[in-house]
Amino acid sequence: MERLRRSMMFVPGNNPGKLQTAGIYGADSVIFDLEDAVAVTEKDAARHLVYQAIRDLRYPCEVAVRVNHILTPFGREDLRQVLPAKPDLIRLPKAEAAQEIKDVDEIISEAESKHNFAPGTIQMGAAIETAKGLRQAYAIASASPRMAFIAIGGEDFIADLKTTRSKEGWELFEARSQLVLAAREAGIQAIDTVFSDVNDEETFIAEATRIKGLGFDGKSVINPRQVQLMHRVFQPSEQEVAHARRVLTAYREALEKKSGVIALDGKMIDSPIVIRAQRVLAYAQAVKK
Amino acid sequence: MTQIAQIGRSGTLESNDILITVSPGAAGEGIAIELISPVIKQFGDRIREVITETLTTLDVNDARVQATDKGALDCTIRARVRTAAGRAAKGGD
Repeated sequence: MERLRRSMMFVPGNNPGKLQTAGIYGADSVIFDLEDAVAVTEKDAARHLVYQAIRDLRYPCEVAVRVNHILTPFGREDLRQVLPAKPDLIRLPKAEAAQEIKDVDEIISEAESKHNFAPGTIQMGAAIETAKGLRQAYAIASASPRMAFIAIGGEDFIADLKTTRSKEGWELFEARSQLVLAAREAGIQAIDTVFSDVNDEETFIAEATRIKGLGFDGKSVINPRQVQLMHRVFQPSEQEVAHARRVLTAYREALEKKSGVIALDGKMIDSPIVIRAQRVLAYAQAVKK
Repeated sequence: MTQIAQIGRSGTLESNDILITVSPGAAGEGIAIELISPVIKQFGDRIREVITETLTTLDVNDARVQATDKGALDCTIRARVRTAAGRAAKGGD
């Protein structure tokens, strides 16, 4: 099964205490942030802290770095300084065109070659935060074989739409759906936006359940408390696992008997149901690890 | 060689951090470190060593360093020294 990214936890790149403890909360990925969480006057300090943390500390999860957009005065320098530490993934903000992905891909390729890293080992992800970016979602998602996911950056997106965020999230429904479609077409993952009220667990769980239903693979989170909540939402239930096992057993038996029609409890089992059952079991297995 | 031309400061006084101030030293003076740390007895030598090593890697031979440690790990000390030296260098980092 592909790498789990149920929870991608943002960690401010200029906070040594938080960089130090980032790995202990069980997030599937940590994202060391050089962008919004870091003041313009502290970009140099954050780059050095993130570089040293990745180089010197061991994290039990994927380590990503969110760099500034390459068209800002900071993006290229972010990449120049953190790539030698070999992060697992570079996350780009505000993606609006495939060319941005290709430009960063090229910078990463040069760094891999210069530092003798195996080619293609540093992955990429990009957040779509504008209507313009959403229109290019598939082009962005498929612009490089390094692309592992596209994400939606909700707050900026909602500002771009000139609306406000509601508890039910209707204003993001269309964008989320299109993002998942683009990700699936490109064969990569879809990651949802952050939920910023860390004290409102009930609404967080409702939103996480909703985006799982839409097909998202995970969500960006901003607080360690949201990590386990996310994982609980994505954990297949015992009933789902038991049903998936029965589906696959029935499928296997039918194949052995060379039977054309497969049924379980009076319901026909066809290819999508088998694929879903395989996914549930793979998920349950991956979660155990 | 990195030329320390002015005062450069980096870090904070928060837990797990270290506040580093790098300023020019006289030629041939070497690296002089003033250190304040709650763990100076156990780790003072190690903190000085990391500061000196980092500056040496940056090709800084003469500098004065004031360090107020709040329990920083080696990686944080290295990062803060690199930033402070960059800010102190001619033309910045």
